[in-house]
Amino acid sequence: MATDEFLAIKDVSTAFKIHGSYYKAVSDVSLDIHNDEILAIVGESGCGKSTLATTIMGLHDPAETKIDGEIDFEGQNLLSLTEDQLNDVRGAKIGMIFQDPLSALNPLKRIGEQIQESLDYHTKMTEAEKKARVLELVNQVGIPNPERVIRQFPHELSGGMRQRVVIAIAIACKPDLMIADEPTTALDVTIQAQILDLLKDIQRENHAGIILITHDLGVVAETADQVAVMYAGQVVEQGSAQQIFDNPKHPYTRSLLRSMPQRDKENDDLYVIQGSVPSLQKMPVDGCKFAPRVPWIPEAAHEEHPSMHEVEPGHQVRCTCYQSFEFQDAKVGEVEA
Amino acid sequence: MWKTILRRVLIIIPEVFVLSILVFLLAKAMPGDPFTGSINPHTSLAHIHHLMKINGLYDPWYQQYWNWLVHLFHGDLGMSYEYQEPVTRIVGERAINTLWLAVFATVLTYAIGLPVGLYAGRHQNSRGDHAIRMYTYVTYAIPFFVILVMGLWIFGYLLGWFPTTGSIGTNVGSGFPAVISRLQHIILPGILQALFGLVGIVQYLRSEVIDATHSDYVRTARSKGVPVKDVFKHHVFRNSLLPITATAGYSITGLLGGSIYTETVFSYPGMGLLFVSAINYRDYTVITALVLMYGVLSMLGTLLSDIIMAAVDPRIRIE
Ligand SMILES: Nc1ncnc2c1ncn2[C@@H]1O[C@H](COP(=O)(O)OP(=O)(O)OP(=O)(O)O)[C@@H](O)[C@H]1O
Ligand code: SF4
Ligand SMILES: [Mg+2]
Repeated sequence: MATDEFLAIKDVSTAFKIHGSYYKAVSDVSLDIHNDEILAIVGESGCGKSTLATTIMGLHDPAETKIDGEIDFEGQNLLSLTEDQLNDVRGAKIGMIFQDPLSALNPLKRIGEQIQESLDYHTKMTEAEKKARVLELVNQVGIPNPERVIRQFPHELSGGMRQRVVIAIAIACKPDLMIADEPTTALDVTIQAQILDLLKDIQRENHAGIILITHDLGVVAETADQVAVMYAGQVVEQGSAQQIFDNPKHPYTRSLLRSMPQRDKENDDLYVIQGSVPSLQKMPVDGCKFAPRVPWIPEAAHEEHPSMHEVEPGHQVRCTCYQSFEFQDAKVGEVEA
Repeated sequence: MWKTILRRVLIIIPEVFVLSILVFLLAKAMPGDPFTGSINPHTSLAHIHHLMKINGLYDPWYQQYWNWLVHLFHGDLGMSYEYQEPVTRIVGERAINTLWLAVFATVLTYAIGLPVGLYAGRHQNSRGDHAIRMYTYVTYAIPFFVILVMGLWIFGYLLGWFPTTGSIGTNVGSGFPAVISRLQHIILPGILQALFGLVGIVQYLRSEVIDATHSDYVRTARSKGVPVKDVFKHHVFRNSLLPITATAGYSITGLLGGSIYTETVFSYPGMGLLFVSAINYRDYTVITALVLMYGVLSMLGTLLSDIIMAAVDPRIRIE
């Protein structure tokens, strides 16, 4: 059961309608997630991480988005479910944790009410049982004084406590999958570590799978089993955490790793990739979307439509350029400097 | 929370005091004197001086103010120069008329405005929403008195469905027939006032609902598996309506203050009409009484909405 593949994302694309035409924010992403496993999705701002997460949750407005592909979850394709069927999955089998605990909670509802809402829709518990379960959850996510907190309103809690509440909501029905979209970005470092530990504990307890979305590689290194690196809506490299950290192949992965804050002062900024992810409307349609950001790669190394290649079992990278191009740190540094 | 309310109530007292001085001085500063309206070519100057004197109008302002204040506390707002009747009695009569019209108009405003606003926000960009928006733009573009005059002309004169002046028919006596007559008189002006007044509510509510629909807490609710219908009911509508309940506190100003436009066009003898005629006749005692009342009412309105706000929004309840 440890490696049951229970969420398989197959060639999923999500396009937003902007001024009448569709632009892909996620294009042909394929990923597998197993239970008891944390898959980290990394990439800089605007690369489509949240869009992918909300696509899995079915939270996009069908009038404004076009979604293709297949998301197989426990034997059904999430993308073909009706709204009612999705409501049986959301909150019950998949729980989502959002980035900003400040705005993720309804400011006018008591904490207890907001946690209980999940139970209201997915369980047949009595009021008393629900209340007990809410207290248990609040306790589980490490909030002191549960009896008091469930009667409080969001503004009365600190950011870290609110994020714990958001987590309590997500795990209320013991979902098999948790999607955490930058769960710690808005929090300070010590709280970050506590929240990550909490997520890991819950995962172990519930045997859940976690999709952890982040742009913080420190977080990835600490928690992830599997890593998928996204750029401009595509997965450019994926593999186990070890494979990605020890043997990164794609220039984007390498630059991400290099732009991780390091003690070594000399290397500061040296490998930061210039520029940023272009907006959807400015995204190159033909050829590799990443090419404009790595001007030092020789013309001949580029592929017209870079596809995924296996480096070793479980480790895949988009494009073959790594074979023809030697990523000597010194070389990259030279060109960049 | 009680502390907050008590503090707010206490602040009102000095406010009212300052207001009373301002109102008094303002009335003094108005051009003309109370007898300008009642003189004719045969009135002698000496007679006017005499009138001014016996009415205390030559005393220093603070003395006049003090007199006025003392009387005020005895519930005596003086005599109307125009009507030669106690101001309290005139105001009392008019206030009842205004109350009939204003309560009807206000209830109607919210009864239509709230559901329409919620609908427009819930079904943003639907046909219904477009129609509602069209209506709000057009209604806002036309001056209110034009709407009133047109309504009066069409439904009052041309079709003759409603009485065109007054607040109650003559010789209807009291009891049930009087109530019916009153209702007949308030229906048309009330509806017109509501049709105009609901525009603000609809626009405000629509944008509140749209904002709330795109808020993170709504996304959280949906990710819990709450059906869209319930998300609107329990989160969006609830959160959007709360600020409106607070603004409803302000509407008490209008309930007693009346609408100058509506009452003038419909010759409806309420507070608004009284105010206009008092200004025309420089009926100082009435003007000061009314301005003071409007001032106090708007303070109470603000106080009331603050209290409602504190009651419905937990974020404001902090000490
Ligand atoms: N509802 C939407 N309509 C149109 N464009 C959108 C919408 N949501 C996201 N986008 C665009 O899609 C792209 C991907 O956005 P997304 O939020 O998924 O990125 P992200 O990787 O989560 O970034 P971040 O790290 O900043 O959260 C961006 O260019 C964004 O502007
Ligand atoms: S085509 Fe290949 S080598 Fe060129 S930028 Fe894209 S991934 Fe890199
Ligand atoms: Mg995001």
